Amino acid sequence: MENLLLQALSGLASASSLFLVASGLTVIFGVSRVVNFAHGSLYMLGAYLAFTLVTQLPRGHLGFWGGVVGAAIIVGLIGVVVEVLLLRRIYRAPELFQLLATFGVVLIVQDLALMTWGAQDLLGPRAPGLRGSTEILGLRFPLYELFLIGVGPVVLGLLWLLFHRTRWGTLVRAATQDREMVGALGVNQRMLFTSVFFLGSLLAGLGGALQLPRESVNLHMDLSIITEAFVVVVVGGLGSLSGAALAALLIGELHAFGILVLPKITLVLVFLVMALVLVVRPHGLLGKPEAAARGGQGSAAPLIGPAPPALRRLGLAALAVAVLLPPFLGDYALSVLTEMAILVLFAASLHLIMGPGGMASFGHAAYFGLGAYGAALAGQWLGAPMLAGLALAPLAAGIFGLVFGFFCVRLSGVYAAMLTLAFAQIAWSVAFQWVELTGGDNGILGVWPDRWAAPKLVYYYLALVLCLGATLLLRRVIHAPFGYALRAQRDSTLRAEAIGIDAFRIRWLGFGLAAAAAGIAGGLFAYAKGSVFPTYMDIPRSVDALLMVLLGGVHTLSGPIVGALALTGLQEQLVRITDYWRLVLGSIIVLLVLFFPQGLAGAARARWEARHGDA
Amino acid sequence: MLSVSGLSAYYGRAQILDDVALEVGAGEVVVLLGRNGAGKSTTMKAIMGLVPPAAGSVRFDGAEIAGREPFEIARRGLGYVPEERRIFTELSVLENLEVGRRPATAALRPWTPERLFALFPSLGSMQDRPGGRMSGGEQQMLTIARTLMGNPKLILLDEPSEGLAPVIIERMAEAIRALKAEGLSILLSEQNLHFAQAVSDRATIIEKGRIRWSGTIPELLAADEVREQYLSV
Amino acid sequence: MATLEVAGLEKSFGGVRAVQGVSFAVHPGEMLALIGPNGAGKSTCFNMLNGQLRPDAGTVRLLGREITGLAPRQVWRLGVGRTFQITATFGSMTVLENVQMALLSHHRRLGGLWRPVARLDAAPARALLGRLGMADQAERPCGILAYGDLKRVELAIALANEPKLLLMDEPTAGMAPQERVALMALTAEIARESGIAVLFTEHDMDVVFSHADRILVLDRGRLIAEGAPAAVRADPNVREVYLGSGAVTGAH
Repeated sequence: MENLLLQALSGLASASSLFLVASGLTVIFGVSRVVNFAHGSLYMLGAYLAFTLVTQLPRGHLGFWGGVVGAAIIVGLIGVVVEVLLLRRIYRAPELFQLLATFGVVLIVQDLALMTWGAQDLLGPRAPGLRGSTEILGLRFPLYELFLIGVGPVVLGLLWLLFHRTRWGTLVRAATQDREMVGALGVNQRMLFTSVFFLGSLLAGLGGALQLPRESVNLHMDLSIITEAFVVVVVGGLGSLSGAALAALLIGELHAFGILVLPKITLVLVFLVMALVLVVRPHGLLGKPEAAARGGQGSAAPLIGPAPPALRRLGLAALAVAVLLPPFLGDYALSVLTEMAILVLFAASLHLIMGPGGMASFGHAAYFGLGAYGAALAGQWLGAPMLAGLALAPLAAGIFGLVFGFFCVRLSGVYAAMLTLAFAQIAWSVAFQWVELTGGDNGILGVWPDRWAAPKLVYYYLALVLCLGATLLLRRVIHAPFGYALRAQRDSTLRAEAIGIDAFRIRWLGFGLAAAAAGIAGGLFAYAKGSVFPTYMDIPRSVDALLMVLLGGVHTLSGPIVGALALTGLQEQLVRITDYWRLVLGSIIVLLVLFFPQGLAGAARARWEARHGDA
Repeated sequence: MLSVSGLSAYYGRAQILDDVALEVGAGEVVVLLGRNGAGKSTTMKAIMGLVPPAAGSVRFDGAEIAGREPFEIARRGLGYVPEERRIFTELSVLENLEVGRRPATAALRPWTPERLFALFPSLGSMQDRPGGRMSGGEQQMLTIARTLMGNPKLILLDEPSEGLAPVIIERMAEAIRALKAEGLSILLSEQNLHFAQAVSDRATIIEKGRIRWSGTIPELLAADEVREQYLSV
Repeated sequence: MATLEVAGLEKSFGGVRAVQGVSFAVHPGEMLALIGPNGAGKSTCFNMLNGQLRPDAGTVRLLGREITGLAPRQVWRLGVGRTFQITATFGSMTVLENVQMALLSHHRRLGGLWRPVARLDAAPARALLGRLGMADQAERPCGILAYGDLKRVELAIALANEPKLLLMDEPTAGMAPQERVALMALTAEIARESGIAVLFTEHDMDVVFSHADRILVLDRGRLIAEGAPAAVRADPNVREVYLGSGAVTGAH
């Protein structure tokens, strides 16, 4: 009994910390509609800066608390710099592009932190005056945790007063809905946005700084907190402060008790809860249906048509190289080329969902991984030959795509994206923790191609034919009635339903088709590598897929193809030439977003059309 | 008060405004008439800085404002009432007014919520109601009241009668006459000629982004061929 | 038989009774206007007819068959076309493709994965556009069309499945006076030719009084008048709540 109470208290302390970070994220989203992936990086910087300040300043109350507050303010200012230099320029870009830009910032901050503070974990001092513990019902409970429990409600109360009882708050709430109109009424909306970013970043920094006495400071803090913060914000309802508080409480306590009850399930528990909440309440616990914020919408997507002759020639030339060159290449180059072919299909399959479908998926790796596991498990447990495995891969991925998609495609925007992420994490943790079936972390080894396909060159041609064929098939579908129906429900669900199109069904089947195509890619990848690991469906792989589609451009199928080739080529090269490849890659992403907001293929197309005077 | 000359503007590569010129004198109500898509809204947005003018001059109260940010233009005393109302639906009536509030600069009597509720009585009875739960007519009144809270010297009123019931349009006309009596200058855009002639001193006709005709309301009523050619009534 | 029969329609939102006890009928070839002040419940009424909203009580019958509570797409399949107050078209498609989509859906061919849309139902789509005077705009993207033309595209889409009933929510909002008259004249002509019943809401009294065969007046969720244009115009109650003196609106 007492143990449970302690556990509940420690859950409250986690909830409080989580709320600090999530409140900043939700405040920033509410006003700017920017899904700020870099929010976790600000949290990490808060912790690092607090470490530096607290250890440099004289010991004692002033040194510690001054250090914590100082770190929070510096992080607030860093947020201002990011807003002024980057985000301010892309408020009109599509939501996912902003996400891409902030992901670039994540990479940059990771390497900057590595350069400044090194790779080793740092242990900060404990808070003066709160070092000891107190007795609650005869059990000892750390004072600092008790202090944290108090911080959350105080911050919530202050934020509520700020937003509902000050002119600044009224202006911010107005700008949330229509920023341009607020400007036309004489409000300097740039300053307003910058001040909101300052507040949100400061909260993230404070959240990080306050962790100093609780845990070590390290380079993984950013991504671990951002996933949880996103879960909290989405479960609570985007933009809702009280929702975030409620969700933080829920997630904090779930963590605390999940460890007691089902230690095995902790990895996935929060995602299970998020999936459950979103299935029942599509806009989170206290969220409202997302009204499109004015003044930030892009124009209508362009028409699709036959590829321009220049692109057609370029494609044929690339194909000729892909067919004719390999016999003269070594094994390593063949592996890289095989991987490239596979990733082109992977990116093209995500494009079907994101481009024509108008949906976002943060968890597309799930279907890649399910394809890979489908093939590998069939080989290991049923002794299926390679071709059977390759046939099973899209089947497994497609079936799971239909099951998961059944729930995901009912939601919209960020909610849909987060539900796809939740399902991907659930799939990942099953692969990770069902050791008896999947081998867990050790994966499944010995997934080799049949003898005839074993030579690298043969396997390369097999992958090329299957991937190219599937990609061209997807293109065919986009130009056929089904693809048009997908775009129809994206352009106007209202009109689509009014002419008898079942938008849900079309999205659902589109999702399943994309999953099956990703499954082919996954199956081919399994035999190419000879093994399957849970990392095939982890978050970084999903992010890779997003990067490929967004880098290339979401509006034409040539986009993801270019994106896949560019990203794999870039990563391959960067890792080889520098230790700080994240810094370089992040900077490249940021620059691309700033200067090629339509993606690489989109920019090339725009340039071509401008030169040929085509509207 | 407001003097526009040589104004042109583009959306992408399409030219929407071409060499637009118009004048609004102090205390005057001028109506910009034209078909849908003729460039009325864009003219107003370009004056307000919401669409960047590609060329031309916009002088307001003695200063050049072309190329300035919307908030700077608003602070000089130019109020903008958009066509689509664009009230803040989550905010109450009073909060909507608060967003528009700016210190008085003009020689005109400063506006307070109380004075605005006298001008638009139906708003006074719903001060705490969220904007999203008001009817179209009430929203249209709120959006004008919100702009007046900024104590402007001149307001740009974009199609205030669009989508309103005839009785509400009559009340709107009365309100505009009352504002004129206060000494406020108004640039109005309209397609409804009945409404325009009931409230305006002068008219300017725009067609395909160019000014085609300017004159007083009696002159417009006398010029049948002008009305036929550009307004098709 | 009446094309559409509505009886005792009711709808409340959070305690506010938006529509109460509304009953009426529309007959083949008839132009019926639904007018009333903003917030009188016209849009709510409309949305219950094509299934976007489920009524709290009452029935909606199409050619004698009850359609209350069916989804919009099912209502459409039974022969109800709809245009929206704010036009809703597919912005990433051409005018022709927009109409093709309606035809393909009507012919239940949207599941096709192989044959390109370019070759499907193009000829009937062109014919429909020709009838609405939009043939020369067929290849233009809907995203860049002038508003008046978009309204015509919507009408073409709404006519694609040979509807028995057309629901038009403020069909001429945002159009120039002459365009308004032309669009409604065309609608009336098509309706009479094909025996389509048309129910429309409208704020432009010129349009209402020159094109409606009959007028319904809604105020605070209730029907307060119904009849021929001249009778409705003369009704003192209607003048009081809606038409006003007519001095600034042309409703005299």
